[in-house]
Amino acid sequence: MAFSFARFGAVLFKEFVQMRRDRVTFAMMIGIPIMQLFLFGFAINSDPKHLPTLVEMADQGPVTRAVLMGMQTSDYFDFQGVVTSAEEGDRALRNGSANFVVVIPPGFERDVMRGLAPDLLLSADASDPSAAGAAVAALSGIVSGAISQSLTGAVAAKVPTPPPFSVTVHKQFNPEGRTATNIVPGLLGVILSMTMVMITAVAIVRETEKGTMEALIATPVRPLEVMLGKITPYILVGYVQTIVFLLAARVVFDVPFIGAPLALFVGFNLYIVVNLALGFLVSTVARSQMQAMQLAFFTILPSILLSGFMFPFAGMPGWAQTLGTGIPATHFLRITRKVMLKGAGLADIGGDLLAIGIITLVIVAVALKRYRQTLD
Amino acid sequence: MTAEMAISVRGLTKRFGPRTVVDRFDMDVPRGAIYGFLGPNGSGKTTTIRMMCGLLTPDGGSGTCLGHDILTQSQQIKEQVGYMTQRFSLYEDLTIRENLDFIARMFRMKDRKARVDAALADLGLADRAGQLAGTLSGGWKQRLSLASCMLHDPQLLLLDEPTAGVDPKARRDFWDEIRRLAARGVTVLVSTHYMDEAVQCDFIAYIAYGKKLISGPARDIPGMIGLTTWQVEGPDIGALEAALRQTPGVEQVARFGAVLHVSGTDAAALARVAAEQSALGTHQWHEQKGGLEEAFIYLMAGASDNFSEGE
Ligand SMILES: Nc1ncnc2c1ncn2[C@@H]1O[C@H](COP(=O)(O)OP(=O)(O)OP(=O)(O)O)[C@@H](O)[C@H]1O
Ligand SMILES: [Mg+2]
Repeated sequence: MAFSFARFGAVLFKEFVQMRRDRVTFAMMIGIPIMQLFLFGFAINSDPKHLPTLVEMADQGPVTRAVLMGMQTSDYFDFQGVVTSAEEGDRALRNGSANFVVVIPPGFERDVMRGLAPDLLLSADASDPSAAGAAVAALSGIVSGAISQSLTGAVAAKVPTPPPFSVTVHKQFNPEGRTATNIVPGLLGVILSMTMVMITAVAIVRETEKGTMEALIATPVRPLEVMLGKITPYILVGYVQTIVFLLAARVVFDVPFIGAPLALFVGFNLYIVVNLALGFLVSTVARSQMQAMQLAFFTILPSILLSGFMFPFAGMPGWAQTLGTGIPATHFLRITRKVMLKGAGLADIGGDLLAIGIITLVIVAVALKRYRQTLD
Repeated sequence: MTAEMAISVRGLTKRFGPRTVVDRFDMDVPRGAIYGFLGPNGSGKTTTIRMMCGLLTPDGGSGTCLGHDILTQSQQIKEQVGYMTQRFSLYEDLTIRENLDFIARMFRMKDRKARVDAALADLGLADRAGQLAGTLSGGWKQRLSLASCMLHDPQLLLLDEPTAGVDPKARRDFWDEIRRLAARGVTVLVSTHYMDEAVQCDFIAYIAYGKKLISGPARDIPGMIGLTTWQVEGPDIGALEAALRQTPGVEQVARFGAVLHVSGTDAAALARVAAEQSALGTHQWHEQKGGLEEAFIYLMAGASDNFSEGE
């Protein structure tokens, strides 16, 4: 028998009535995001290492190589390759494949020798200031040490100490390096995941625990009608949370939003879907509302710790990055940062959308396999 | 498995982990019958009923419910069956009217408003329709559950202990209603622990430890067990009761106020005991026709032995 919109509508309506009567939960759904926004708005600092770096080399001499070697051995930078144009470097920063682009100007070595103080340009993705800050601070010392070491004998004597050069740091996307600017867009992903997973899981498990599921599935209602009817109200809750959140971010923390709203809208809808699917999956495992809460919380921890929200993603060890890649929050966090802070559009977040899409398919497949229309 | 049978199942089996909770259960419920389903706590009544309406998948066995296969056609079965769960299963945070209305929508009933209003009026809850279901008293919750499972005029009612906690007047009303429905051709399968309800059924099945011990027309059950019962009256009945329990040939002594019902399956042995006791002249002994009541007390005693042996 076919899907009945009348029954779906009835379940949906019932769910809204119940939501309205459950004042505490309702208040929590709106209150928690705001509370977290304020708690996390305070800085969390760290000193990340091995950040992906690209070089644009217009000078190939031994001094240049010594500088690059010095940066590499400093542990802050991790050279990923060479770019040949400024646009290529910009693109890498925007899509997140590099945190830094070092530009060695033409004649760098010669100018150092002549004491002309050439300018080394470091473009940094400062949308995550804790990632960029320490590396930038260490750069001057690293470069000057490297130059001194590479110059020997007669040449060394001619060059003044410390060697004359300057480093220009070009902080992109978050020039003031404010932590709130970075934390707040990431927080949206954490909050949505926390409330969406938990609320859906609990709402479904509650029916089983209270015994109402038995009477419900004894009627002709189809599983899909129940699932959609129960989940849809929480999509709307997600919308409300996001609007409240974005407003607060704008008004209280003065976080910019320079990208395409459409890109965020698409990413955000997909992200809500993946979290509802996860909540559904949790509900097929949990036997009580308490278990559902705990399981939901357990799924949220990695979203906080491994997504790049708490610690810069590039600074995490390999295994943590691998785990992090399987977490929807990781990709949503990239979307929010790219769109809000870096001005990205839909085209720039294609890879992240694809990743969330794949994760969603996996979760839905597992959840449907586990879901039973019966009580066994 | 003919069309006159509302329910016909063979060999139904359900296991939870290593435990076989329902073991090769057979049952035939004729259309229009009131069928009593009895058995001690944990014997598997609820589990059996759930398998019949497609809420649990049997591990073995097959059968039909209203002509539909219980294994593959639970969707059709659900359209025509009213199932009242043992545990209160309406939404406590919805009002009485909202609950009934929700059920009506699940069955996609046409004249929803009128049917809900009629049900509320029948229940006598019309003026409390806006009250949250969770705030009703226990007995009223039962009555509301019953009303909600009858809302869509099902052909078969599966009632799992519908009158638990319901006051005597309401229970009598409830059974009047059941008989009215049965007269209209509705089939009723009702599980109960009350003897006075068991005797109102046309057929009875008794289950213990997951196995059906006996089933058949209610009036044939005592004969099938083969119990002879003597009624004893007289002074100091308590002492006599204790003495009789130790007497060979007496398998069961049940006290009904100042009267003892002394039963056993060996009629001759029991007659000898009666003759000896009557000769003392202190008590009056009368043989009586074995009733359902004694039959069930006898069955339950057997079942509890089952449990203590651990099987
Ligand atoms: N979902 C389940 N998982 C494991 N065991 C179960 C489950 N449901 C029931 N049981 C077990 O199956 C047995 C039969 O339970 P059932 O509820 O069918 O008994 P019942 O005859 O309805 O008892 P009562 O008169 O107390 O309602 C019990 O021992 C119970 O513990
Ligand atoms: Mg039961």
